[in-house]
Amino acid sequence: MRCDDVSVLLAGSADEIETLAKPAAQHLASCLRCQAELAQYRKLLRVMKTLRTDLLSPGEDLLTDVLELVRPPATVHSLHGGKRVSGRGAERRRAYIGGIAAAATAAGAGAIVLATRIGGSKTHLAS
Amino acid sequence: MREIDELIEEAKGGSHVAFEELVRLTYQDTYTLAYRLTGDEEDASDVVQETYLRVHKGLKKFRGDAQFSTWLHRITANCANTFLGRRGRSRTDELPEDSAIVDLNPQVDPAFRADVGDLRSQLTDALRTLPPKLRAVVVLRDIYDLPHESIADELGITESAAKVRLHRARKRLRERLYPLNEEGTDDGEVEARAV
Repeated sequence: MRCDDVSVLLAGSADEIETLAKPAAQHLASCLRCQAELAQYRKLLRVMKTLRTDLLSPGEDLLTDVLELVRPPATVHSLHGGKRVSGRGAERRRAYIGGIAAAATAAGAGAIVLATRIGGSKTHLAS
Repeated sequence: MREIDELIEEAKGGSHVAFEELVRLTYQDTYTLAYRLTGDEEDASDVVQETYLRVHKGLKKFRGDAQFSTWLHRITANCANTFLGRRGRSRTDELPEDSAIVDLNPQVDPAFRADVGDLRSQLTDALRTLPPKLRAVVVLRDIYDLPHESIADELGITESAAKVRLHRARKRLRERLYPLNEEGTDDGEVEARAV
């Protein structure tokens, strides 16, 4: 087995080296280059694990927005002195409702126009 | 502070106060994962909101077979994947330089942290340059420890595709962190020979 062949396997097996096939494991045992590559992958994985405890700070509004999204409507008023908070969640909900209302209005208007046209053509045919 | 398991049980029983406490305890972690997956603050915030909506709706289905954090990470990954797919884009946005990073657990192995400080910084940079599809798999597997099967489920790909993406991502990261020198060998090889 050649270094290039083993190299392909190392990327996927660095954290579970016992899963390497026997020919690859034998090559690895006697090849400094592949051992060095494995060491690099292992260090890389170890450093990756340390990133797990790093936390990014979201914007101040995020927590408020999330809490508002999941809060029952009745408590929103009481917790904010009768005023609804205007996070993006609320905006999104309003936009959604507005969209449905606009679509319903358009559908109604379309139905009226269609009914008028059908009525008109029937009148023509009758005359 | 109440135990998270206790909060989950209370929230499942309908306590809104308990659910809010759960959100408070976990939203920074959720945001960090969402940010690592999307590479954008606004997108990450949207993903976090969608995630907690789903958690709110689906909490009763959480049986506790896995840790709550794992369940939350899976939902976040799924939401981020849906979000990025909906946008139909392939972003490699860089994280802003001024993004504040808080170390959740600084007391863990400080010597190792100091030793690999540069490597951590290089790795964070290298992760930013990965295509989102590769980045998602390597972040979920190597930082958040999700099993291949869960990653595949949440990203809507096969397990073998997830493994292939993981190989590619790790290979790119290694090549970025340990570039070949002019003689065609890498630093690790030189070190190994010297030993």
